[in-house]
Amino acid sequence: MARTAARPVRRASAAILAGAVALTAAACSNPGGGAGSGGPRDSVVVGIAFEPETLSPLLGYGKDGNSKIFDGLLALDAGMKLRPALAAALPTVSPDGLTYTYKLRRGVTFSDGKPFTAKDVVFTYRTILDPRTNNPSRTELDALGDVRATADDTVVFTLKYPYAPFAERTVLAIAPEHVAGRQDVNTGSFTTRPVGTGPYLLTGWSRGEKLTFQANPRYWGGAPAVKKLTMAVVKDDDVRATRLRAGDLDAAILPPNLAAGFAHDKAKKTYTATTYDYRTVTLPTHNRVAGDPAVRRALDIAVDRQTMVDKILEGAGRPAYGPVPTDSPWFARGTERRHDLAGARKILDEAGWKPGPDGVRVRNGVRAAFPLWYLSGDRLRQDHALAYASDAKKAGIEITTQAGTWEVIEPRMKTDAVLAGGGSPGDPDFDQYLLLKSTLGGDGFNNMAWYDDKTVDRALEDGRRTADPAKRKAAYDTVQRRLVQNPGYTFLTHIDHLYVVDDRWETANGGLTTQVEPHDHGLGSGPWWNIEAWKPKNAPDGQPQSGGTSTG
Amino acid sequence: MSRRLPWAAMARMTGRRTLAAVPVLLGVTLAVFAVAAASPFDPVKAYAGTAGLTASQENLDQLRANLGVDRPWPAQWWDWLTRALQGDLGDSGVMRQPVADVVAERLGWSALLAATAFLVAIALGTGLGVLAGRRRGGLLDRAVSSLAYTLEAAPAFWLGLLAVWFFALKLGALPAGGLTDTASDTVTAGQVATHLVLPALVLGISQLPWFFLYVRQGVGDALEEDPVRGARARGLSERTVLTGHALRSGLLPVLTLVGSRVPELITGALLVETVFSWPGIAAATVQAAVSADFPLLAALTVLATAAVLLGNLLSDLLYGLADPRVGFDG
Repeated sequence: MARTAARPVRRASAAILAGAVALTAAACSNPGGGAGSGGPRDSVVVGIAFEPETLSPLLGYGKDGNSKIFDGLLALDAGMKLRPALAAALPTVSPDGLTYTYKLRRGVTFSDGKPFTAKDVVFTYRTILDPRTNNPSRTELDALGDVRATADDTVVFTLKYPYAPFAERTVLAIAPEHVAGRQDVNTGSFTTRPVGTGPYLLTGWSRGEKLTFQANPRYWGGAPAVKKLTMAVVKDDDVRATRLRAGDLDAAILPPNLAAGFAHDKAKKTYTATTYDYRTVTLPTHNRVAGDPAVRRALDIAVDRQTMVDKILEGAGRPAYGPVPTDSPWFARGTERRHDLAGARKILDEAGWKPGPDGVRVRNGVRAAFPLWYLSGDRLRQDHALAYASDAKKAGIEITTQAGTWEVIEPRMKTDAVLAGGGSPGDPDFDQYLLLKSTLGGDGFNNMAWYDDKTVDRALEDGRRTADPAKRKAAYDTVQRRLVQNPGYTFLTHIDHLYVVDDRWETANGGLTTQVEPHDHGLGSGPWWNIEAWKPKNAPDGQPQSGGTSTG
Repeated sequence: MSRRLPWAAMARMTGRRTLAAVPVLLGVTLAVFAVAAASPFDPVKAYAGTAGLTASQENLDQLRANLGVDRPWPAQWWDWLTRALQGDLGDSGVMRQPVADVVAERLGWSALLAATAFLVAIALGTGLGVLAGRRRGGLLDRAVSSLAYTLEAAPAFWLGLLAVWFFALKLGALPAGGLTDTASDTVTAGQVATHLVLPALVLGISQLPWFFLYVRQGVGDALEEDPVRGARARGLSERTVLTGHALRSGLLPVLTLVGSRVPELITGALLVETVFSWPGIAAATVQAAVSADFPLLAALTVLATAAVLLGNLLSDLLYGLADPRVGFDG
């Protein structure tokens, strides 16, 4: 044959190709299980922006409740009031506030059929407290000294110090000891294939793509009417909006400008969730300019919060004067700051900050200037930072905005200002203690401004150590009033979260609802926080009821 | 009188290359650990995620010790190496899974994507290259060549975003990302096929210019060589001239290209898998890198390096087969 060389080449490449095909075919097995067929109405596809890092409660998943797969001892209702979940009733608290006793709900089983008992509760909390467990939220249980089961259905928590909001922490998801206790807590298969008592069972998790759930037919609160739930992870806002419009998604979280595009769509409803999600500027105590009380007070009133809400948030938010939002019952009335540029200039003049030749004020040779860092790539923070710098400029304070990643920003936090965000609803202690307590200055990302005020320190301790609501309110009023006189941060806005949902579902009490949401809104926030209580609209009678999860 | 394949020579070459791969792989993993340690990314921050923003310093320090990232990187590298040699690739911090599981779950999908894209690039590139090479300066040649130069300059992720915008958002014809339809939780061949189209096309087309330009050049040059002129002079048909003479020598460069494009294919896959949320190994590499997830990053780098070395070996073997003058001594 003439073409001796061409043949072997062809043969060899064919063999390689066949090998590659066989390899891929073998590897393409389906990791998830098959779910029952679902009509369009009992199946919901939700678009979210971020997925959880893990699905193990022992590693921090479901610590704020609404985990779908698991339940806590308690849960929060639509009005953010605690109600029993795996506990049969709210806990009884000893007079010294150090002992919390929970009676457990009887007859609850995990999705593998094994019963839920006090052992599982003790296992969950003890494992989280174990330093060998890689749980980054362990600090939230700092007050917890010990937990033990005194009977099959009774669990007693003993605290190291009186901590009034402790019951709020027990919305934390409970893991089964008989599954999670038999494997490596940090890397075992339980972290990706969870077993819980919750309304849904995980059927698949394709990281970066989606999580799929199936209704738990044996759920103690009644089998959910929505039989199939998919959480599609779509990072890009525009793509999420387009997929919602195309019908690929039934519901999605969207920024205000994109949500506005659905305002005239009769088949869809927009839900606005109020939040504790604040944006603030840290004014570091160790910066010669930002640490000066006069500069802090001047900036606090020089900044035009309402314009930020109108222009940056397109109206979806409200001015913030502290971590506690103005619509919270814990907000101290009368601590709202008026936008008062003349007043700001007067404060600076009186404190000796005199305008220099370039318009920037100077005192004792120190220019009223400092840098302000924001997380690069975060448009919202960038816009806030630029608006803040421009407002400060009008009062004669020069703020240079700079973008950086946390790796760049963190070492500078002691002296440079940062545009920070955060917010945990539930209790006024959660945010204020971490942001303002002087002993937490520079502790990780807590108290980034190294804020140090004796009155505030004392009030923060009073607020967490007493259970008396009136005394607590007085303590947190003191904190907020002191923040007017000595603001270590300039709080700018609280940001609303907007959700657009196909108008095909309702709950027993009417429409869908939202809770007051935290900064970090994973899959537990949004109108689907109680998706186990959703029913198709105009459903015929006899649909499964969703008992214990009705909205309050 | 078909020729037998020179198995012995090929095996010797494979053996030599395998031995040479050992120090290369060692050096690469060492470099990965060194670079990851020098990078500003902090594995503890990446592990803790948003929870890290409210965690106490004590909590974070404990995590650092638990994850074993508080020790100097050479010690971490040595630990990793000795365990990996015993078959334990360690646990991925960012995925919270054993590294072996991460690789097993994802390797197949990446191989499928890369293989399809490679086939697209080779088939389209060769086909168009031959057509353009036959009539250099013709309309087809000028159109495709200028397109090829444009594509050569276009980054794969940009092509990906463009494709998503056009096919998924404007036309709504193809899914924008993922492995299966959003509402489906079973992986069916049909769904994977439709979801594969865009990423494979984008990755394939980003590799296409090299194949096209090489083939075009090779075929065009071959058509001007003496044997071809002689064949034409003898009155052989154009078809015989092309397939029998011009293609034989004109396609040789493509064989070396097949191997040398593997690194480009891997970096292309990094971007394409990220844009299309393809649950492959490349998307995991990006995540491992920005999280300074040492065990996962090291395992994936070894895989990528092995793929590149394998690609080189493959192209040398093919070249040796196609052109016996080259042999298997390299």
